Amino acid sequence: MAEKDEAKEKRKIKTVAKMKEIMTAYYIDAKTAVQTGKKVAWITSGGPVEPLIAMDVIPVYPENHGAMVGASKMGADLCEKAEAMGYSSDLCSYARADIACAPVNGGPIGGLPRPDMLVCCNNICGTVLKWYEVQARFFKVPLFILDTPVCHTGYSEEAKRYVKGQIGEYIAFLEKVCGKRFDYDRIKEVGKLSVQGQRLWQEILDTAMNRPAPISAFDAFFHLALIVTLRGTGQTVDYYKMLLAEMQERVAEGIGAVPSEKYRLLWDNLPVWYRTKWLSEKFASHDACLVADTYTSAWCGALRYVDENDFLGSMAECHARIYLNIGVDEMAMQVMEMADKYDVDGIVMHSNRSCKPYSFGQYDIQRIIREQKGLPTLMIEADMVDERSFSEGQIETRIDAFIEVLKGKNQAMG
Amino acid sequence: MIPYEETKLMKQIEECHQILKDPNGYVKRFKAESGRKVVGTFCSYAPEEIILAAGAHPFRLFGSGEKIRLAEAHLQSYCCSLVRGALEDVLDGRLAFLDGVVFPHTCDSIQRLSDIWRLNVPDCFHLDVVLPVKLDTDGARQYMIDLLKRFRVELGEKLGVRISDDDLRDAIRIGNRIRAALMRIYHLKGERPEILDGSDLYALTRAAMIMDRTMVASLLEEVAEELEKKSAGQSVAGSAQKGTAISVPAPKRIVLSGGVCNQPDIYTIIEEAGGAVVGDDLCTGSRYFSGLIDENTDPVTAIADRYLARVVCPAKHRGLTDRADHLVRLTREKQAQGVIFFLLKFCDPHAFDYPYLNEALDRAGVPTMLLEVEDRLPADGQLRTRFEAFVEMIQ
Repeated sequence: MAEKDEAKEKRKIKTVAKMKEIMTAYYIDAKTAVQTGKKVAWITSGGPVEPLIAMDVIPVYPENHGAMVGASKMGADLCEKAEAMGYSSDLCSYARADIACAPVNGGPIGGLPRPDMLVCCNNICGTVLKWYEVQARFFKVPLFILDTPVCHTGYSEEAKRYVKGQIGEYIAFLEKVCGKRFDYDRIKEVGKLSVQGQRLWQEILDTAMNRPAPISAFDAFFHLALIVTLRGTGQTVDYYKMLLAEMQERVAEGIGAVPSEKYRLLWDNLPVWYRTKWLSEKFASHDACLVADTYTSAWCGALRYVDENDFLGSMAECHARIYLNIGVDEMAMQVMEMADKYDVDGIVMHSNRSCKPYSFGQYDIQRIIREQKGLPTLMIEADMVDERSFSEGQIETRIDAFIEVLKGKNQAMG
Repeated sequence: MIPYEETKLMKQIEECHQILKDPNGYVKRFKAESGRKVVGTFCSYAPEEIILAAGAHPFRLFGSGEKIRLAEAHLQSYCCSLVRGALEDVLDGRLAFLDGVVFPHTCDSIQRLSDIWRLNVPDCFHLDVVLPVKLDTDGARQYMIDLLKRFRVELGEKLGVRISDDDLRDAIRIGNRIRAALMRIYHLKGERPEILDGSDLYALTRAAMIMDRTMVASLLEEVAEELEKKSAGQSVAGSAQKGTAISVPAPKRIVLSGGVCNQPDIYTIIEEAGGAVVGDDLCTGSRYFSGLIDENTDPVTAIADRYLARVVCPAKHRGLTDRADHLVRLTREKQAQGVIFFLLKFCDPHAFDYPYLNEALDRAGVPTMLLEVEDRLPADGQLRTRFEAFVEMIQ
């Protein structure tokens, strides 16, 4: 047993402690903004955070808050509270949980710091628009909307002009709310740090191309927080350098995220926050490692459009063409590229009641992958935060059956 | 003896009811007779005038309510019945007569339906009109204009025609005639709820989304005229008989608010419970026809400007309280005594707005009731009891 514990200890990612430290300091900073005279902006996960950093505004992410609510298993309770306020139980559970927290400073960290402004980019969904309207009415603060028309089959010239024009509107908005000029030199630095952070994040995720993968999607769900929250800061760059070094070390030593990795899987959609541990152990017990996912990789997907030397100029396209803001066929293409890159044996799709733009189209993506790659897919019906939508027995049975399929395939090939 | 005009009116309304029973059948016949191309559309932001100007026939798709079998393989159960129903219809061949389909961007579900349709429905051209979501900036207006210009060209290419400004102006005039006539009819219905059954009003409005637009423009204008005459006649008769008529309690005045309502029975059940729908904020109602298009300016700009000024759908943004302000104003204008929210299950934009709209009405002292419907109305008796209780409660 002693040896087993030792092996387990070896597999733990050491930088986790540092990450927790950074996030705690960040939330303390945000929660004491009133005392320090800093402005706070609430911003969507796909939103343009770099101009906020350049203006010394503290960005706060209600979606990250939603994930924390889910991970602390407070989702069902808060969602019920939102339902009592009149919000349908079919609405996004991030939104429900956050809306329920606001008036009572509820949730795992006693509510988010009061915003001075809201910044909403609808590249991830239409839900954020409605959610931010609710919060803008509640807090009575200005709302900026970065409207990124969905690129069903491409990025039209008209959309390009429209989104580009809005970057200027955004800067004017920030200047007005902050009462100071925008610093065009500073944004260049912040932009460089942002790109550097995204590249490092991509490199970290790419270490999972190794067998065994040193990092799993479950680890990535956790370490993601910085590229979302503090993108554009030196802190993020430093942290990811550390994490990357640790991953490279693990590769050299052959330490895998899962003790004896046999099956490599790709995860699609948001995590099931209140069950990440259970799911991680469940898959590990079958020697299956989730080596990649479409969710955490979305924060470096814009690298293909970014121009490091003209960060502001390329920002529009980076936001308009993210993973969720494209057509289902293009999404399928990207999933297949990832399947090849990380050499996976199958796909696990989370059909997430909370996220319609992510989930509708999954059946077609599943079909396209089956037809073009012959990869098996497992569909799990759940919700990212509202644990009332999670049926353990059913999901366990489905995972077991899926692994049997993979085993059968392996044997047939071997 | 029923006067001649009255018989004619009844016939026209009956014609709309008949068409509504089988919209696909009507359009198939219309297509065979006229040789016109049929273009399916979703939502009230579909630029019908441009489709009309291209010589094609715009046909609004709702889903026929048939059991979902084929769409199950593409859309999860937590998708609304409108989106799943439309996909079911097309996959099952019920929409084989469509030459093309136009998807204006509205909500997340329609967005994905567009992709799924494009990937699974062959032999039917497909165009996205990715409208701006915010409608209150100069940039958004310019984008809307640019986008409609692009749509004009793309649609012309698909249909093999060149759409001239004159074609657009003609189409705008027809659209305006329909909208103006519907506004007159709605106005009368608000003034004198007993003049027209709610289900008739519903049939007239829905017919405007299905029928040949030139024909329906004339039909609606005639109906408006006859109703105005009927109303004037009744006023005269009413004042002559003053004091002698047996007093029938006036129906309680109700406004309907929500998205798509394709349940004509709801009007009848409200009426039988002692209420009358005197106005609405529905996308199958006044949002479809409110606001005329300027006929004296650049036609594409004029079409865009109507969308920007029109009563807003919750999937769009024009200020933080635009919808509540409108709804409160509407209830005052219509002297409504209560509002019934008619929401489609799994319709996120409407579900997000419901609490704040409800709060605004509460502050204005207007009682409300929420009815959430998945694909069909709840059991008749249950709904009747709820409406009766609501109608009884309101003053």
